[in-house]
Amino acid sequence: MTTRPHDHPGEAMPATRFVLNGTDRAVTHEARVTLLDLLRERLGATGTKKGCAEGACGACTVLLDGERVNACMVLAAAVHGREVTTVEGLAAADGTLHAVQRAFVEQDALQCGYCTPGQVVSAVACIREGHAGSEVEIAEWMSGNLCRCAAYPQIVAAVQQAAAELGTPQGGASGAVQSTAPAARA
Amino acid sequence: MENFTYARADSPEAAIRAAADGAVFAAGTTELVNWMRLGIVAPPALTDISGLDLAAIALADDGATLTVGALATLNAVGTAPPVRTHAPALAEAALKAASPQLRNRATLGGNVLQRTRCPYFRAEAAGEGRMPWPCNKRVAGSGCVAREAPFDRAALFGWTDDCVATQPSDPVVALAALDAVARVQGPDGIREVAMRDFHLDQQEGGAATETRLAPGEMILGYRIPVDAAARGSAYLKVRERESYEYAMVSAAVCLDHADGTIRALRIALGSVAQKPWRLPQTEAALAGAALDEETVQAAMDAALRDARPLPGQGWKPRLAANAATRAVMMAGGIVR
Ligand SMILES: Cc1cc2nc3c(=O)[nH]c(=O)nc-3n(C[C@H](O)[C@H](O)[C@H](O)COP(=O)(O)OP(=O)(O)OC[C@H]3O[C@@H](n4cnc5c(N)ncnc54)[C@H](O)[C@@H]3O)c2cc1C
Ligand code: SF4
Ligand code: FES
Ligand code: FES
Repeated sequence: MTTRPHDHPGEAMPATRFVLNGTDRAVTHEARVTLLDLLRERLGATGTKKGCAEGACGACTVLLDGERVNACMVLAAAVHGREVTTVEGLAAADGTLHAVQRAFVEQDALQCGYCTPGQVVSAVACIREGHAGSEVEIAEWMSGNLCRCAAYPQIVAAVQQAAAELGTPQGGASGAVQSTAPAARA
Repeated sequence: MENFTYARADSPEAAIRAAADGAVFAAGTTELVNWMRLGIVAPPALTDISGLDLAAIALADDGATLTVGALATLNAVGTAPPVRTHAPALAEAALKAASPQLRNRATLGGNVLQRTRCPYFRAEAAGEGRMPWPCNKRVAGSGCVAREAPFDRAALFGWTDDCVATQPSDPVVALAALDAVARVQGPDGIREVAMRDFHLDQQEGGAATETRLAPGEMILGYRIPVDAAARGSAYLKVRERESYEYAMVSAAVCLDHADGTIRALRIALGSVAQKPWRLPQTEAALAGAALDEETVQAAMDAALRDARPLPGQGWKPRLAANAATRAVMMAGGIVR
């Protein structure tokens, strides 16, 4: 007979500690709260937008330990002990914009601006991943960010401009990103 | 969304014990959070398994087996050199699923357990009594509105009057063609389930039971036998836009060929049934046949004659046959 090891009981009100844009934060919240709602409603970090709340639009894109994720699909409790970067955390302390932010301004890559924080955060990761090598590659790897104003050509141009300035990492994460799936003959 | 309790599991055994007490596994939560928001499930407790050591991707020393942990994310699966080299269909299927940021969270364990995208199933309704229309998957015995309402994504195979939904996963199709085997652990130990048998169509499981995974069983990972056909595999996804969209149909093909002749072939179709649809008779018929488009197309056309499209979806068997044919030509290096 083995004894049953002690298991951690679950908590309905977990206390989550994490680093948000370089600052330690601690929040006690209902377990069902998503990272997106925690940011916007408990921490006042409203730069991250809620477009669909179902993982489809990318307006809520943030970096979790440096990787882009949809904050609406992440439970706040799951970021305990981790680092979150939102659009508010991209500019330098003196207010100098990140190269991606500047490129969005210079390329006029927005109209209403609702999708823009998610686009900008996603673009930072896209470039860092090495997925900004061509217009086609950018379109594919930015496809998780929808823009209802359809500023897509300008967004691609902004990502290209920022990638040129920041430099593309050697040997991107994916060696074989195919441009498109050839459509079957119907 | 109802509240629940949240705990991080520190071993598979602890998570499995929690599941026996009613907790639900949480991995990337890209399906689970949506289900809870829509009222499809309302678990009392979540056990977060995302910190477990089940994300490794490795080729065994003898080179004959590729293993992929259940917590490997779709981006990790899609970019890992051993997967790209030894099971390219799985790498392509992973990278053609969802979006870049979803793929950083979505795990291969959770992916195979995703549920249909039938829009009627995905109604936002807290509680059975609030469902705006009949759906046997949401409320047993209520009926199936997709039979009468506009719906162009119905199954071609295996469906019943109770439900015509499909399994929408891309990786599932590749895993079935690759003859992958899932390792699953429950309270009584570890067992293996072949991925071609993992999912159930409606004729096998009714509207409600979609897989052979028992309640509370955890997927630990997948074992993929590496042969020439696996190394020569390809995945084709046909969708309404070029990126970030579910498949209308898809096809995974493992092909071993030499001198213009097919030596071995395995084919699975996606989004045409509630499980990846292997074509065993076609696979056998094409072994030894010429690797040319006319021969392959004739075999695929014959295979799709068994399809049962709903009214208005007569285009779908043709699309599936063409996709399968093209996937074979892609695997053979004849088209891109
Ligand atoms: C907008 C959007 C678009 C998408 N497009 C596509 C697409 O084109 N192609 C595609 O294939 N998929 C697509 N997906 C689905 C996505 O790939 C899945 O949601 C994801 O793979 C699920 O994995 P997860 O780790 O997030 O699972 P979770 O949400 O954490 O879990 C899902 C279910 O699986 C169970 N589970 C998770 N891990 C295990 C395990 N190891 N053992 C046993 N049970 C487990 C959970 O308990 C839960 O019941 C899309 C999703 C979204 C939101
Ligand atoms: S097809 Fe299946 S999931 Fe869709 S409404 Fe009918 S019963 Fe529900
Ligand atoms: S709000 Fe998260 S993806 Fe739309
Ligand atoms: S600028 Fe309006 S949604 Fe993108």
